[in-house]
Amino acid sequence: MSSTLGSSIGKKLLMSLSGLFLIMFLLVHLTVNSFLLIPDGGEFFNAGAHFMATTPAIRVIEPLLAIGFLIHILYGIKLTLENRKARGSARYASGKKTTGVTWASQNMLVLGITIGAFLVLHIAHFWVKMKLTGDPLLEHTTITIGGVETEVENAYALVNHTFSYLWIVIVYVVAAVGLAIHLSHGFWSAFQTIGFSNQIWRKRLTVLGNIFAFVIGFGFSIIPVLQYLFYQG
Amino acid sequence: MENSINIKLKVWRQAGPKAKGRFETYELSNISTDSSFLEMLDILNEQLINKGEEPVAFDHDCREGICGMCSLYINGRPHGPDDDVTTCQLHMRKFKDGQTITIEPWRSAGFPVIKDLIVDRTAFDQIIAAGGYVSVNTGGIPDANAIPIPKPDADEAMDAASCIGCGACVAACKNGSAMLFVSAKVSQMALLPQGRVEGARRAKNMVAKMDELGFGNCTNTGACEVECPKGISLANIARLNREFLKAKAQD
Repeated sequence: MSSTLGSSIGKKLLMSLSGLFLIMFLLVHLTVNSFLLIPDGGEFFNAGAHFMATTPAIRVIEPLLAIGFLIHILYGIKLTLENRKARGSARYASGKKTTGVTWASQNMLVLGITIGAFLVLHIAHFWVKMKLTGDPLLEHTTITIGGVETEVENAYALVNHTFSYLWIVIVYVVAAVGLAIHLSHGFWSAFQTIGFSNQIWRKRLTVLGNIFAFVIGFGFSIIPVLQYLFYQG
Repeated sequence: MENSINIKLKVWRQAGPKAKGRFETYELSNISTDSSFLEMLDILNEQLINKGEEPVAFDHDCREGICGMCSLYINGRPHGPDDDVTTCQLHMRKFKDGQTITIEPWRSAGFPVIKDLIVDRTAFDQIIAAGGYVSVNTGGIPDANAIPIPKPDADEAMDAASCIGCGACVAACKNGSAMLFVSAKVSQMALLPQGRVEGARRAKNMVAKMDELGFGNCTNTGACEVECPKGISLANIARLNREFLKAKAQD
């Protein structure tokens, strides 16, 4: 087992599986976030956030997610360092004029660092306040879930307030675009690495990956923008 | 239509593996546009020898695009500006009159420079020796049609087998990865019944040797596929990943 994961393909397998896991997470995250666009004063979103925070499965999923991120980040750095070494120090004086290679595929680390930097900010904005320090905006509010009145944290108020700052909205949009570009290569590449690709599936996976990247990038940018423009006050 | 051009060459000169290299500039006039790139270098070397200078060392052999011996990184691309050909099949008609042509050796830690434009590609031989073969006992010649092979499989195996091991994939790769080469050599046999028998061992041993020799990790950029003079497909890399992971899972 150790020889498998220590090999070049094994390390790539870890990148691929952690990446696919994070892709699943993005889908769930975007689905819950899309509730922010329902103009009901945040009631539905609060219900969604309440469910995500209290479901017993979260005790397993949250550490798993942290491990997924850690593996993806650490192995991304490790693989890049190894690849730099394999490339050697000599550079081509006449540059690289190979056509048809996507910019994304050659800048996955840079895109990853951008997403990582955003992640720190994002965790400070929401996770830290909701899980650790608390925030006056999170003061409990009463919503009706299936006819039953339930007291929940007002996560919507915190989100709504955070997105009242223009600079935060801009940072979120930039990160979402970076994430979309990262996914435009990462999605099909993850399948290629586990061996699920051939001449036909490569085209399908690339198209699917681009659609997925667009949905994720557009979804995560439009929510803060609309929150800033139409949901304040 | 001009039949001959004048060109300026910027050639990498390096006396030996440890020596410090540098670019040297040469001017060549009246080069026929019908001559091949290597013939142009022959003319340069003839002139250098006549002047009593050291000729430029470069690899070449069959000069018909099938041996994998020629290399050269020309104007930003392995095997030069033409698609799907080796340097020996590149013609001077692809260049303009007065153009400066930069010629460099393959650049990768796995392919150290021996002299001038020649790099050491014995790493590829070592990878082949680790498993890129079919063990066959000698004996009578079996009937060619004794084992039926579906035409698509035979075609795909043949496409993979067209890899000539020139190393352009490694030269083009930002990660110095040899995955396209190894995947072609694994695929050409994994697709055929005779090669299947040793499939698992082959995939494991060749990947292990590739890693040991310090080649990089594939990030699926696809630059190798673009620059491969034989058009070896990235689909082979997916197959190698599959073969390797399956072999490891069986252990």
